[in-house]
Amino acid sequence: MYVAVKGGEKAIDTAHQLLAEQRRGDAAVPELTLEQIKNQMTLAVDRVMTEGSLYDRDLAALAIKQARGDLMEAIFLLRAYRTTLPRLATTEPLDTDTMRIIRRISATFKDLPGGQVLGPTFDYTHRLLDFALAAEGDTPVPVPADAAPLEACPRVTALLNAEGLIEPDTAADDADPGDITREPPLYPADRAVRLQTLARADEGWLLALGYSTQRGYAKSHPFAGEIRIGSVDVEIIPEELGFPVRIGSIEVAECEMINQFKGSKTTPPQFTRGYGLTFGHGERKAMSMALVDRALRARELGEDITAPAQDEEFVLSHGDTVESSGFTQHLKLPHYVDFQSELVAVRALRAEYEARRRAAQNGEQESRND
Amino acid sequence: MSATATPLSADQQARQRWIGLLAETPLPVLEAAVTALPQPPRYTFLRTPETGSALVRARSGGTGSRFNLGEMTLTRCAVRLDSGLTGFSWVAGRDRRHAELAAVFDALMQDPALSDSLDRTLITPAEQRRDAARHSTAAKAAATRVDFFTLVRGENE
Repeated sequence: MYVAVKGGEKAIDTAHQLLAEQRRGDAAVPELTLEQIKNQMTLAVDRVMTEGSLYDRDLAALAIKQARGDLMEAIFLLRAYRTTLPRLATTEPLDTDTMRIIRRISATFKDLPGGQVLGPTFDYTHRLLDFALAAEGDTPVPVPADAAPLEACPRVTALLNAEGLIEPDTAADDADPGDITREPPLYPADRAVRLQTLARADEGWLLALGYSTQRGYAKSHPFAGEIRIGSVDVEIIPEELGFPVRIGSIEVAECEMINQFKGSKTTPPQFTRGYGLTFGHGERKAMSMALVDRALRARELGEDITAPAQDEEFVLSHGDTVESSGFTQHLKLPHYVDFQSELVAVRALRAEYEARRRAAQNGEQESRND
Repeated sequence: MSATATPLSADQQARQRWIGLLAETPLPVLEAAVTALPQPPRYTFLRTPETGSALVRARSGGTGSRFNLGEMTLTRCAVRLDSGLTGFSWVAGRDRRHAELAAVFDALMQDPALSDSLDRTLITPAEQRRDAARHSTAAKAAATRVDFFTLVRGENE
């Protein structure tokens, strides 16, 4: 427990001035603009929007600048801002079937309708530092437009579904899905609540947990059925109109993992699904989310719960970067009273320990003298 | 989608189209279109531009149960022209002026005396510009389409 302290205002103000000075860095170097961050640090912007749980590229760029590039701090800033917004609408569910695709790959089928579209990817780069980028004024060669347009890209899982080899995924849309920003999470949590929690969760946390399932902690034999990145329209149905209207479009990354399932008494052997979806081009996060989503379905699928990635409360309650960094960093706050009481306790225990040791030594000496 | 069980009327479809396009039209284009009007529109606010959020929903597996992915910023506005026509807007982002002008044009588009010329000078060009941008992105993506060849393994056997 920490206690309130008084004073220190001047030092705090000056510390924040120093922060501002260090954020700006060398005044001889031009100041970073939000447009530059928004256009050239796009994946940082995407991550801040996803984990900040608010799609707004301008605000995410501002948060990154203000946080000196510390993305967790930027996520915190965006989350804090989010709480000030009145909620004006709930969108219709995104229709990712109609995504305007910039990237679409499948690791399960080589030839599939629509094809494999690599898009802007780090895959197949050699991960060698490119010193040409160090020299400013580097203009990339424009990508030629392909004459043949992209064909429709049906879902890979729909192809399997046609054969009945994968569990179906349909819904009745009866009750509204739970919203962890309004109701505190309760365990066991349903899949909607789990997916919302995972969508906001720290990428590193999900990546490590997903990795653990690949290494044998909760064996789930995943295949990247499909990864698609692109933009989707966002629609709302305003009361004033009673029909859907587009408010804009957002970029998202979607991953469908396909996992083995040996079947149960009531279910024939079939493939099962894990799902990941993020704002922006968050491909690695979407993949990690899909692995963890599948691992967390253990209870529903009647699998043994043996690994950390299957432990819903453990996974869901430790993945939020605002919560985890908040609780870790609160250790910096004054714990003087707490620590005083610990000091008193340790001193008393030490005194007892010394007294016992002295008594034991005296006893030994006496028995030797006998 | 699920909530649109009854088919929309032709008027509703037309309005759906322009509202969606106005939400995505860059502000300078809307400002230029206001300036180009034969006379400046006179209107009052039924709802002054207000920024908030929209809860973004998605579906597990793209087709399954709904869940809340996150939120996005949204600005809305409602105006009444002196003629009595009302206009609404819901625009992604935080640009109040954009929401105001989108609402004004939603109202003006309902005016039979203006709708044809506005469609010609503002709405259809906005659609063409949007389609061209989408086409360009898709054509670049198509240039990265790949054919993988599988190689036979087990050459040591």
